[in-house]
Amino acid sequence: MTAATHGNTRDALNDAKRINAASQRAARVGLDPALWLVVPAAAFMLLLFIYPFLYGLALSFAPKEGDWLANYTHFFTTDNLWPTIATTLKLAIPATLINVGVALPIAFKMRTKTRYQRWLTTILVIPITLGTVLIAEGMLIYLGPKGWLSQFLQYFHLYDAPIRLTHNYWGVLLSLIVSGFPFAFLLILSYITGIDPVLARAASTLGADSRAQFRHIYLPLLAPGLAMCFCLSFVQAFSVFPSAVLLGSPAGPTRVISIAAYEAAFEVYDYSLASAIAMIMGFVQLIIVAGVLGLRGVFYRGPVTGGKG
Amino acid sequence: MQLSSGGIWLDKTRIDTLPPEKRGFGMVFQNYALFPHMTVAKNIGFGLKMRGVSGSQLTPRVAHALKLVQLTGQEHKLPAQLSGGQQQRVAIARAIVIEPPLILMDEPLSNLDAKLRLETRSEIRRIHRELGRSTIYVTHDQDEALALADRIVVMREGVVQQIAPPPEVYAQPANLHVARFMGYRNVLHLDVESEVDDRVTLTASDIRLTGVRKQPLLGKRAAVALRPDEIALGEGPDGVNTITGRVANVEYGGRDSLVDIVTAAGTVLHVRSAAPLVLDESVRVHIRPERVLVYPDEALTPAREVA
Repeated sequence: MTAATHGNTRDALNDAKRINAASQRAARVGLDPALWLVVPAAAFMLLLFIYPFLYGLALSFAPKEGDWLANYTHFFTTDNLWPTIATTLKLAIPATLINVGVALPIAFKMRTKTRYQRWLTTILVIPITLGTVLIAEGMLIYLGPKGWLSQFLQYFHLYDAPIRLTHNYWGVLLSLIVSGFPFAFLLILSYITGIDPVLARAASTLGADSRAQFRHIYLPLLAPGLAMCFCLSFVQAFSVFPSAVLLGSPAGPTRVISIAAYEAAFEVYDYSLASAIAMIMGFVQLIIVAGVLGLRGVFYRGPVTGGKG
Repeated sequence: MQLSSGGIWLDKTRIDTLPPEKRGFGMVFQNYALFPHMTVAKNIGFGLKMRGVSGSQLTPRVAHALKLVQLTGQEHKLPAQLSGGQQQRVAIARAIVIEPPLILMDEPLSNLDAKLRLETRSEIRRIHRELGRSTIYVTHDQDEALALADRIVVMREGVVQQIAPPPEVYAQPANLHVARFMGYRNVLHLDVESEVDDRVTLTASDIRLTGVRKQPLLGKRAAVALRPDEIALGEGPDGVNTITGRVANVEYGGRDSLVDIVTAAGTVLHVRSAAPLVLDESVRVHIRPERVLVYPDEALTPAREVA
């Protein structure tokens, strides 16, 4: 009995030693058992993003008829397809510039914690939670020819000409601003509040008024964040779909690239062409994002505090 | 922040109503507050640039400030590439290069480690001497205050307690609060036995001390403040101000040791002693009457009633 116990103990000890040696070996080659925790996330990415992407990419080179590049040549030679790139850029770039450009000064004004900041943040979060379809529906009712805005302006004779803010370019642009502005604002606000306010105080004791503080302290420190915010806002605006259909005129001036892809996939049932359009869409986004992030290298990208503490 | 009353004047200008950028004094912050995206030279030149000083005049002035804080050769580094002490010297150079009439330093050494704090303290003293500009230096460290100040203002809860040169604040604290701050670690509460002019004799069960009254006393109780390094071993002349006790704790400190002596009635005295003392040893200590400072009992002296 005693011997058996001893034997068990010895086995256990040996086991422990073996496991220990194994983990030490793993550590020597740089493997941490905690690394296994990444497996679910990696599998998720692989199955739901990388595989569909590669599948789509391959599909786009296997057209229904013609050589392997037929879809791409078709896209760039068809008059209702290739202009969708310009149409989408014409919506996405102004919307992004307005969102980032307007959010920046407002976020700068709101950088100190006040009661208003909480209220404004709450009001701005609402459009994010509602989603684009609901916003589009609301805007249709509110901004439409018989909507409240139109009726109000006409009742008080402030503007008597007919108001056309829906089913055209402006409706889609407005909806991109309504849904994209809160996102840009909250992102920039978090970047600004991350900058140590003592830097601004130091600048003010050296004679910088708030305009100079913004130009010389906040703007250079924010530049990388602004570039990031621009990219995220742009990607969001470039993939506009529901509001372009509901608020725009999807056959004309707001026929964006995602509509072209949708039509190819679900009206013509040409998945191969739809994949090619999606690839082109991704490529255009990639060019813009790479360009903006490339600019980021020009700016300072270190810590945004002024010392210890 | 709004003032509750009064105003703050710098020479003939009222400055508390001005926005910070118009006040025109240099400020050194506790956490340096250097601009992380600017080089050392750009940091130092920032105030000059804001004042419209152009390149040809700016460069020599920045170079001069760099020389003053002994950082010549580091001008193209970013703050993150400097040590804490160097960063604080850049902050000082940045504040003084605009030649302000007044420099404010808000605990500039409290983020530095002990050795660097001493070195930077000497640097600040030297820069101040070479520059000769009025400087207001805020600190919680009485050694720093004594080492750097020409005049010390001791504040408590926003009320001035004493304004005096360092030796006077050190030797003759105006009240019990200042005494505590200046290192009078022993504060005993005793009964007043007699008062002759400013000489006061006080007693407790096994202590009898004669000292100097620093403030008018209120009632029959009073507090005495004693510095640990002014209590000497042995019996006083004619047995005056002698206390007998037992060694309860010894903290070795190199040149001398910090010793706790407990009297029979349980009163604890902190004493600095160069002679080696052994735990539980019975000792007698004494202190000169002019170094026994007598104040009214502190319960009766709020911060706002000051001398």
